[in-house]
Amino acid sequence: MQLFRAHVLVCGGTGCTSGGSQEIRARLEREIQANNLENEVKLVITGCHGLCEMGPLVIVYPEGTMYTHVQPDDAAEIVSEHLLKGRIVQRLLYKEPMTEEQVPHYGDLPFYKKQHRVVLSNCGYINPEVLEEYIARDGYAALAKCLGEMTPEEVIEEVKKSGLRGRGGAGFPTGLKWSFCRNAPGEPKYVVCNADEGDPGAFMDRSVLEGDPHRLIEGMLIGAYAIGASEGYIYCRAEYPLAVKRLKLAMKQAEEAGLLGDNILGTDFSFHLHLKEGAGAFVCGEETALMASIMGERGMPRPRPPFPANSGLWGKPTNINNVETWANIPDIIRRGGEWFASMGTEKSKGTKVFALTGKVQNTGLVEVPMGITLREIIFEIGGGVPNGKKFKAVQIGGPSGGCLPESQLDLSVDYESLTAAGAIVGSGGLVVMDEDTCIVDVARFFLSFTRAESCGKCTPCREGIKRMLEVLDRIANGEGKMEDLELLERTALVIKNTALCGLGQTAPNPILSTLRYFRDEYVAHIQDKKCPAGVCTNLLTYSIQPELCRGCTACAKVCPVGAISGEIKKPHVIDTEKCIKCGACMEKCRFGAITLG
Amino acid sequence: MSTQEVAIKDPAPMSSFSKVDAILARHHYAPGALISILQETQEEYGYVPPEVLNHIAKKTRLRPAHVYGVATFYTQFRLEPLGKQIITVCQGTACHVNGSEMILAAIAEELGLQPGETTPDGQFTLETVACLGCCGLAPVMMIDGTAYGQLTPDKTRRVLNDLKTKAAQTKKKA
Repeated sequence: MQLFRAHVLVCGGTGCTSGGSQEIRARLEREIQANNLENEVKLVITGCHGLCEMGPLVIVYPEGTMYTHVQPDDAAEIVSEHLLKGRIVQRLLYKEPMTEEQVPHYGDLPFYKKQHRVVLSNCGYINPEVLEEYIARDGYAALAKCLGEMTPEEVIEEVKKSGLRGRGGAGFPTGLKWSFCRNAPGEPKYVVCNADEGDPGAFMDRSVLEGDPHRLIEGMLIGAYAIGASEGYIYCRAEYPLAVKRLKLAMKQAEEAGLLGDNILGTDFSFHLHLKEGAGAFVCGEETALMASIMGERGMPRPRPPFPANSGLWGKPTNINNVETWANIPDIIRRGGEWFASMGTEKSKGTKVFALTGKVQNTGLVEVPMGITLREIIFEIGGGVPNGKKFKAVQIGGPSGGCLPESQLDLSVDYESLTAAGAIVGSGGLVVMDEDTCIVDVARFFLSFTRAESCGKCTPCREGIKRMLEVLDRIANGEGKMEDLELLERTALVIKNTALCGLGQTAPNPILSTLRYFRDEYVAHIQDKKCPAGVCTNLLTYSIQPELCRGCTACAKVCPVGAISGEIKKPHVIDTEKCIKCGACMEKCRFGAITLG
Repeated sequence: MSTQEVAIKDPAPMSSFSKVDAILARHHYAPGALISILQETQEEYGYVPPEVLNHIAKKTRLRPAHVYGVATFYTQFRLEPLGKQIITVCQGTACHVNGSEMILAAIAEELGLQPGETTPDGQFTLETVACLGCCGLAPVMMIDGTAYGQLTPDKTRRVLNDLKTKAAQTKKKA
């Protein structure tokens, strides 16, 4: 095997790719060749590093130097300075936002320090398109251990011991679920991976699929062995083309290496894995809808029982787990259930990956032990709210989750605590909101999402969500009444208790949690006809501060309806009757003379 | 090869279903493969022509209403031809709180399009998506597979104008 004195890792995640990382890779390759370094330096395209905000990222090993916001033109300098002369390119290093201090080493970044990476341990380190790189990081060792040393029952026991709970949202104990399916009568049995990550603001599964696809395949193989399944499906959203491409490649490699197919690793165990691309329906994240979709039907849920463990795909016993759940399995087997159970809280074990986005300094993916506080995630790892704005709320768990205020930030992140506070762990989206975010608008946003995605099968979800949205529209337009708040709460509870599937049952959560913690803001919209955050356009007016206006006419030129008038070099005025509140003038004004209130 | 190209450019009534038949045969006419069949059909034609839906129903022995039901349930399937360039605006949470509504409004104004519509010259189609999964770049839009991040209405207009100029140039050359 050829040894290299340095490895240059270029992030090939979606964020960095759209920032031009492929072009950077090509330029680095050219520079490395031009300097005759191709036998000394190896260039690797990796999966997502998580710190998408700072992308495109380039990391040079063995030092572990991380370069941020790299542009194609920087390639020459990285090669000639760092790789030839051993001098770090200072200007590309990460700078602490507060202290402006440069942090040369990847591991020293506050963003990574508090994290504990299990599921993401390979993301950003290995080339996801090379099977050998996964194997070199102990990949498929857990599978070999299962097939060689453990009975299926022992595998299930180990998973039970670990305390792993489903990472898709509901948090059902994984080992128990497996044993139901193993003990259910019927052949063949199926295992399914739910990779239909549809929550807006969540992309952790995508990073595993793109950055470490073999981990998922190994997890499913172990599950199939434990359950006694011979066929498996990965149901991946079609909106993730890179994930689909890498999964297909990984499946092909595994087949060629004898890790998928008949008589795996020379044993009696056979397992065939198929990839199904979703076609764009959020409700297909629900397990019964997902199975309907795999079978070529409309993705509509059905009542349970029977549960998939007894009657799933084509009426046969089926076990469905989400990407992150499967991705935890290889480490649990290799390092033992007790090791996994040593992380986390009493009832929520292990780590959880969160997608940290919104109004936060370091957006990206973070993997933390269960039981960490929200404050640690948002302020220590995430670096807090940018531009000196004030933290207002954090939305957890996407459209099924809730908004929590500042007072709840010291809450321990685990299934029980979050549910008690009115949010859920869900799939793990964490969207931070600052004082400029209107809570009524956010509730409306989530509700219009669930309304559009409701499959229409059951009445509470189809009609109830629509009615709630109408009430919210009224409130946002300044036409709300105080009774509307009670109406919202009552409707929300009915939907929660009577909807057919998880989509409907959890859809009222954003309303209930915002009414619980931010009632004042609803009241301000209803009684004072004001939107304190300045978002709900019908309650706002644009005006020009005469003392700041220089009369440059930029706003008048950009106004699409001709609502702004005034003489050149004299303060302008906005005709509020004509104004359509598009905000174009405010964006254009260089003097900050246009205000919203 | 040349006949194939003509068929793609001309969405008029199809003389034969040979391409769909090849897709159907690959999936053994299995009703369970309906979604994959529709996906590959759409890849072939750029959309799912209604007469093809009937043909698929006949060959898979499914009721046409069932095939139509599946094709209209999933947002991925389009029953009308698309513009040459597809603009997908992300409506995810992170994009929403970072002003994706303003981006959509800027595109609507610049191209005169509402989501789901195509410009009369067949150049651009505007679509929205629940989340593109690159929330770090919010607000984002994707055009022909390239993501444009950290958008402002101004930046959006600049991107669109560049694309319009490029499209006009290619037309001239052709």
